[in-house]
Amino acid sequence: MNIYALVKRTFDTEERIAVSNGKIVEDGAEFIINPYDEYAIEEAIQVRDEHGGEVTVITIGDEEAEKQLRTALAMGADKAVLINTEDDLDEMDEFTAAKIIAEYLKDKNADLILAGNVAIDGGSGQVGPRVAELLAINYVTTITNLEIDGTSVKIIRDVEGDSETIETSLPLLVTAQQGLNEPRYPSLPGIMKAKKKPLEELELDDLDLDEDDVEAKTETIEVYLPPQKAAGRVLEGDLSDQVKELVDLLNKEAKVL
Amino acid sequence: MSKKVVVLGEAREGALRNVSFEAIAAAKKVAGGGEIVGLLFGDAVQSLGEEMIKYGADRVITVEHPHLKHYTSDGFGQAFMAVYEQEKPEAIVFGHTALGKDLSPKIASKLDSGLVSDVTAIEGEGDDAVYIRPIYSGKAFEKVKNKEGLLFISVRPNNIAPLEKDDSRSGDVSSVSVDITNLRSVISEVVRKSTEGVDLSEAKVVVAGGRGVKSAEGFAPLEELANLLGGAVGASRGACDADYCDYSLQIGQTGKVVTPDLYIAAGISGAIQHMAGMSNSKVIVAINKDPEANIFKVADYGIVGDLFEVIPMMIEEIKKIKTN
Repeated sequence: MNIYALVKRTFDTEERIAVSNGKIVEDGAEFIINPYDEYAIEEAIQVRDEHGGEVTVITIGDEEAEKQLRTALAMGADKAVLINTEDDLDEMDEFTAAKIIAEYLKDKNADLILAGNVAIDGGSGQVGPRVAELLAINYVTTITNLEIDGTSVKIIRDVEGDSETIETSLPLLVTAQQGLNEPRYPSLPGIMKAKKKPLEELELDDLDLDEDDVEAKTETIEVYLPPQKAAGRVLEGDLSDQVKELVDLLNKEAKVL
Repeated sequence: MSKKVVVLGEAREGALRNVSFEAIAAAKKVAGGGEIVGLLFGDAVQSLGEEMIKYGADRVITVEHPHLKHYTSDGFGQAFMAVYEQEKPEAIVFGHTALGKDLSPKIASKLDSGLVSDVTAIEGEGDDAVYIRPIYSGKAFEKVKNKEGLLFISVRPNNIAPLEKDDSRSGDVSSVSVDITNLRSVISEVVRKSTEGVDLSEAKVVVAGGRGVKSAEGFAPLEELANLLGGAVGASRGACDADYCDYSLQIGQTGKVVTPDLYIAAGISGAIQHMAGMSNSKVIVAINKDPEANIFKVADYGIVGDLFEVIPMMIEEIKKIKTN
């Protein structure tokens, strides 16, 4: 089976976020594989181990993203592709990313493409379904279980807490929800092997794309931090008085009851 | 320049979700005086059209088909594109719900357009409108503009206030017949796990429990409080991991993002993972035995104490107010 996993290098949002000149300060920050993409990589590896074939991980970014691709290879992916846009693009949006990935995938005859259902930095969750649409294949988002039998696919997806069982077929793109699996940590032998696995680097030129073809449709004009919340009030006194005071405050001051 | 805007309404168990009315309010800003056309897809949605008009839509178009009983991206995609071709709107507004998140990127891709997802506020109107959306799990915000062409946004539930319902408004509710074919996904089963009634992501009040709840039974007082306030129960990842409740209740970076008017965190320490899902709530109450717990840093009001003592007392106090 020909399996692809879409990976994004993201800022670890457990980090403190600072803004300078309208941009998030990235110096010294920790970068990780988007956690939802880890579920996608893990599932890709498990599907390959059960059904045979090859897992290729793809990302768009600059050379720094090689680190996250090597981590995916160390988990067990077979090959990696870095589409390096550093020299070509200053700005990209979801349209841009999907167009580039779809252009790469269009002649690859992918049976199964997996992605995270959302990236924890941008948080729009658009790229997976956009790629599927551009490739004219079906997609199912926020999946928590995947069973493949020949070309038949049975999926359970999370719909705001409810679960839907879906029957469909390959080729297919799915996006991973938490609960799909437990992503493995790369083993030491895995890390050693990953160094020798193929990592292909491409630029827009190699995909016959011009900057104009992928020009962003939207533009971010400002990034800012939410206003600092004033420190809250921790109530004092006898517990039952505290509760009375709290309910009174919620009723009269906050007016939320 | 004014824009003609289509708004996709969303029904759940025979009634329109609140986010549909919020999307109409967002559409009003986007439209800058232009016409607002509500859309409803399903197997029996004709009767809901009037409600959209009372909340600000100028007219409503429905597409009814047995294949639209359950949402699928193919079925709703075909219905949407048929109406789009007929109406040729200049802007589209969806709710950023499970349905909206699934369908909007497909439509944007079909129409070769941008899409600003998960909008929580709109500044300005019409062509000058700027869309505000949370990034980095709500730790920062960005202002986004559409460069040119079709404008497409999805709005996060509970953030943009709906317009006041006006029973005197009237408008045309018409139906378009669309042949829905070739569905590639077939839904064979739907299991409703969410607690009855109030939808967590749309709830005005959320009572959430963490590891401090100690057991599945420990959620009972939280449920009682939530019911009393017409709210929903949520949980931290810790409580879900410990099997005290279903993952469908999880609030956080993984899980749901909620922005209720009132968020009551009981026995939740306030890990960053959890804060990402609730820190933008309007009023936050923290109840925790540990005075050093992180949750007190984001709380508007805090009580250091045992939730099993505090919550029953709160229930009694609130009942007193409600009966007065």
